[in-house]
Amino acid sequence: MLRFVVRRLLQMCMVVVVLSMLVFVWLRSLPGGPVSAILGERQTPQRRAALEAALGLDQPLPVQYLKFMERAIQGNFGVSTKVLPGEDALDVFLSRLPATIELSLLALFLAITLGIPLGYLAARRQGSVTDTTAVIFSLVGVAVPVFFTAFLLKYFFAVEWNLLPVSGRQTTGLDATRVTGMFVLDGVLTREWDAAWDAVKHLILPAVALATIPFAVIFRITRASVLDVLDEDYVRTAEAKGLTAQVIRGRHVLRNAMLPVVTTVGLQVGGLLAGAVLTETVFSYRGVGDALATAFREKDYPVLQVLILAAAVIYVLVNLLVDIAYAVIDPRIRTR
Amino acid sequence: MSPKRTVATWTTAVLAAAALAGCADSQRDDDGGGEGGGSEDAGTFIFGAAGAPEMFDPYYATDGETFRITRQMFEGLLGIEPGSAEVVPELATEWTPNDEGTEWTFTLRDDVTFHDGEPFDAEAVCYNFERMFDQNEAGRTAGEYWGYVMGAYADDPENSLYQSCEATDEFEAVVSISRPTSGFPTMLTLESLSMQSPKAMEDGDANGIAAEGEGFSFPEYADNPVGTGPFVFGAYDEANGEITLERNDDYWGEAAKTSELVFRVIPDESTRRQELEAGSINGYDLPNPVDWAGLEDEGNSVEVRDPFNILYLGLNPEANPQLKDLKVRQAIYHALNRDQLVQTQLPEGAAVATQFMPDTVSGYNTSLEPFPYDPDEAKRLLAEAGAEGMTLEFAYPTEVSRPYMPDPEKIYEALRTDLEAVGIKVKVATASWNGGYLDNVSGEPGKYDAYILGWTGDYDAAYNFIGTFFGNLKDNDFGTDVMPWGKQLADDLQAADAIVDDDERAAAFEEINAQIMEEYLPGLPISHSPPALVVGPGVDGVIPSPLTAEEFDTVTVGGE
Repeated sequence: MLRFVVRRLLQMCMVVVVLSMLVFVWLRSLPGGPVSAILGERQTPQRRAALEAALGLDQPLPVQYLKFMERAIQGNFGVSTKVLPGEDALDVFLSRLPATIELSLLALFLAITLGIPLGYLAARRQGSVTDTTAVIFSLVGVAVPVFFTAFLLKYFFAVEWNLLPVSGRQTTGLDATRVTGMFVLDGVLTREWDAAWDAVKHLILPAVALATIPFAVIFRITRASVLDVLDEDYVRTAEAKGLTAQVIRGRHVLRNAMLPVVTTVGLQVGGLLAGAVLTETVFSYRGVGDALATAFREKDYPVLQVLILAAAVIYVLVNLLVDIAYAVIDPRIRTR
Repeated sequence: MSPKRTVATWTTAVLAAAALAGCADSQRDDDGGGEGGGSEDAGTFIFGAAGAPEMFDPYYATDGETFRITRQMFEGLLGIEPGSAEVVPELATEWTPNDEGTEWTFTLRDDVTFHDGEPFDAEAVCYNFERMFDQNEAGRTAGEYWGYVMGAYADDPENSLYQSCEATDEFEAVVSISRPTSGFPTMLTLESLSMQSPKAMEDGDANGIAAEGEGFSFPEYADNPVGTGPFVFGAYDEANGEITLERNDDYWGEAAKTSELVFRVIPDESTRRQELEAGSINGYDLPNPVDWAGLEDEGNSVEVRDPFNILYLGLNPEANPQLKDLKVRQAIYHALNRDQLVQTQLPEGAAVATQFMPDTVSGYNTSLEPFPYDPDEAKRLLAEAGAEGMTLEFAYPTEVSRPYMPDPEKIYEALRTDLEAVGIKVKVATASWNGGYLDNVSGEPGKYDAYILGWTGDYDAAYNFIGTFFGNLKDNDFGTDVMPWGKQLADDLQAADAIVDDDERAAAFEEINAQIMEEYLPGLPISHSPPALVVGPGVDGVIPSPLTAEEFDTVTVGGE
């Protein structure tokens, strides 16, 4: 097991190095760049040349890349040009990460706690009204774009009914103490319960919007997987042995049906990062996704590089965790 | 999991949470927080900003979102009359030039202190000028506006407009410049050239900017700015995207009406509107013109600014030699139905342009009439020039909305239809604003035959419009260096700019405007659009500024 984990971590390092090169070249091959984002209408060939020289963008690409790697090895990924100008790009990522973790965890929690039980129920009652309704609901979740879902959620829950805030992470003037950057946790840690509750309220709509796609996917995989398992011989055998329904469901059906679901959940974590870009933008939620959108619009290379590489690392790590979870759920994999 | 294990797990989790709950202390002020609901607090004006500020030292700032915030904290020697582009006294009460217009004596207010309690006097003024002038290599590139208006820095004094500053009395400073220009002292209204506390700049190493990788790292001062304005810097809550400014109770003028001013970063336009509808912000900038009526119906007020911009169709004879022929350029102009464009694609209050500057700028020529829409004449001129059926690579930018062009694609489509109607074959070209469009337009040579672009004036000076466009022969987007009159036009503009007498200078610019439109036609001025901002019910005292330079100290919220 340890060898397996170490091998995977080494693979991850390779992935990061290759990806860093690809990202570096890809970003710089896109038209435009940070210089036009900074100068706007005021740009002239002279002014552009001066700024490019100051930022080292006039150097040949391999030279730029080597300089980047040289700094990166020392933990210096350059400073942001537009997202938070002057700030270390890695710090920008780290300061935005807690917000995205908080949002993704809640979204994932919603998707799993609704998706798995509903998927199981729908499979058990295949063809019933519950099943059909849940299937339609999940289809809508996949089909409707996040920004539209977000717009509707905001319109009804925030503007019309005034139940929840429209956007942001915290109400203006709340003066909450910051500890971890995850506002709900911070509220709990400091016993500022109003701040924790306020943060929860700000999280609900973006988390629901972000959860729609993972929910739909988890629901459908669970449903299909449970349907498959229900047809298995060992389930029939268990029934014939006279085991209680509870034991059959818990030990034989759910546990076996969970394998593909766990993979799916793992993959959805990567999807959550992609979804966070849209969700965080429309909810003005200051997380990694919002930073990524701003960095791309304003061609903030250092921040883009860090964010893309970090996303890759997270994705690889989550997949590693999924593989470990596999082993825990399925003893056959463990013994291989 | 057995029921027993479940209970054990949950018990552990609850105990852990209870233990965690004691592990950090609240740092709230005793009187602060807990209430929330900013807009219910009548003492706070909350403005929805489209983007985050770069930092808070206006000298290094380049974008409108940063200036909107620093403008509330900083003041210049000269100010702008709220609601107009007119120059008025601010920290200087008077300014007089010598006969040559190269030495300007500023008489300063004697009752001003910086937010840190330091006195504002002639020494402080000269410290500021020298600080702006004497920059390290990174600062010379980042100090965008100084370079733009002054031309150079201490390392290249021959090319610098600014020469020196001398404190001749406690409240009198003399600034010397290398040549007379209409831009000086009007340029001192620029937010970037505001006065900042010498002591705070010294303590915070204000000039310690450095190029690091592909960006600039800013000194500590840029996060703790100290000016003289009606608001004092409070805090930048980056995690929540909020900037808080507090009222300066020791302000030399009338104190601000609200005790707090908050800027909330909300990048998405429809979210800003929903926040306003929900009452959680009190206003935002640049509402989409199609929303204006709806916003008014909901009880908000849309404050329309006087247009201080120009949208033009740029032509590039370097990319398409057929455009060197005046008849071709006139034909293209005759083909454009600008009345219809203004009525259908631009916000209420927009106007057809007769020249490259709005009528509020001194030097505007009132005798010029709009170039008439006449497709037949356009066809005739094209035929005469032998350019029937000419092909024009005509470009527009995507992913952008500017005050002079709220929706570039729609404007472009209207113009393209007009051009095709007279037989011009349009080759559509497009690129995103930061994704190559500006590079293609202002490259040397520019890539497109024709393009749409515009300009919002920095201050009230004719040269800031037409001088920016045509005053520099080598470095302009219109390719005037390949035209026989290009050098003459640049020389004339520079000569007019150097005239010291205001009336004489205005007359010279009027004449040049007529020449540009009647003899040269280097590009085609299209329209002036009024950008707007919107404030919610109960908000009063917002004075819309043509320069989008609103000061919020006069604003009241909730009828206070």
